[in-house]
Amino acid sequence: MNIITTARVKSPWILHFDTGSCNGCDIEILACLTPLYDVERFGMINVGNPKHADVLLVTGPANRRNARVLRNLYEQMPAPKVVIVIGTCGCSGGVFHNCYNMLGGIDKVIPVDVYVPGCAAKPEAIIDGVVLALQRLAERSESKPALAEALA
Amino acid sequence: MITPSIALEILVTVFALVVAPLAGGLLFGIDRKLTARLQNRIGPPIVQPFYDFIKLWNKDQIFANRSQLIYVYVHLGAAMASLVLLVWQQDMLVILFTLALGGISLVLGGFSVRSPYSQIGSQRELLQMLAYEPMLVLAAVGFYLVTGSFLVAAVFARGTPLLFELPVIALSFVLVLGIKLRKSPFDIAAAGHAHQELVRGLLTEYSGRYLALIEMAHWYELLLVLGIISLFWANPLVVGFGLSLLLYFLVILIDNAVARLTWTSMLKITWSWGAGLSVLNLAAIYVLSYLGWIGG
Repeated sequence: MNIITTARVKSPWILHFDTGSCNGCDIEILACLTPLYDVERFGMINVGNPKHADVLLVTGPANRRNARVLRNLYEQMPAPKVVIVIGTCGCSGGVFHNCYNMLGGIDKVIPVDVYVPGCAAKPEAIIDGVVLALQRLAERSESKPALAEALA
Repeated sequence: MITPSIALEILVTVFALVVAPLAGGLLFGIDRKLTARLQNRIGPPIVQPFYDFIKLWNKDQIFANRSQLIYVYVHLGAAMASLVLLVWQQDMLVILFTLALGGISLVLGGFSVRSPYSQIGSQRELLQMLAYEPMLVLAAVGFYLVTGSFLVAAVFARGTPLLFELPVIALSFVLVLGIKLRKSPFDIAAAGHAHQELVRGLLTEYSGRYLALIEMAHWYELLLVLGIISLFWANPLVVGFGLSLLLYFLVILIDNAVARLTWTSMLKITWSWGAGLSVLNLAAIYVLSYLGWIGG
């Protein structure tokens, strides 16, 4: 890995968006920040600002109400970026599947890199998911330069 | 014609410009590690700020308008210039005004976009400057009262440390450092880490390379303030560095022990305990030198 890829993998800043999850997965994401799991040791910071974020964590199903906001947040993030879906709802719609206001999984709205199933997903599973996403980020960073990626 | 003394001057300047950001970045890394340990966490490696910098530098460039970018460059340039002025042992007031120019530039950048978070953050940054500037200027006045000159060189020319005459003013730098580093309880304009009242406040609309440059300016500013604190024990300067690192550690401790204040409380604390006591310190010097107890 070159120095840029290393820096990208070592410094993933996280934006967390809840499209209408029951808060179960959100609590588990926040649990990752506590001293027990301490994801900041991998350089992860919960930034809450799409313009500073590298990783988008989405919980909850894609629905008609939130699709526009979700797309907007995704588009405001500067490349290179990865999207991780946390929880069964986000993966497929979960228990809300086929409801009249549902679009289904998050991948109906924005491209998703990693799916972390579970209801709710455990903190260990979320950290595994982020590690997997960082591998994808590294592959993408190595394969083509940032500019080409930005234009893609 | 380059004489040896000019060559030395250039060497020192380049050294300051190159080493200062490295040292500043490392100090911020140590800060994050220390904060994590204080919270019973492992924490990121101490080179984490450099990973963040390189990552931000290589991100896609998004900006709201072009004037925003000019303000970032002025911010960084002013931070570098004020540090160079300190290394050249120039006028204390010019150093402070250059620093203030950089601060104002960042605020103007925040005002140049229409995001409400950025606007409120900029307003608060102005309030923060209003809080710490009096203390900095009073410190410069203190230097003048004791050494008879605003020049930093005069501080070095003096044998005995300034700390004995200006103990309260030296302590007031805990407040200055806390505000400058955006630490609790004064992190109202743009808090770091996970607490996000105004998203990222002043820094909300900066991203990628420009955020990295602001971060770098922050490293220079840290070194500048630590350098000014070192002046309180200029001979030998090593003791002064020790003193500044001690205050830095104190600021990190306070950051982890307290919650965020509102801006009214910040102004009350900084103007009474900071600037107010600094004025008393200056008055004491007047009285004591009038009585002949210290050489004025």
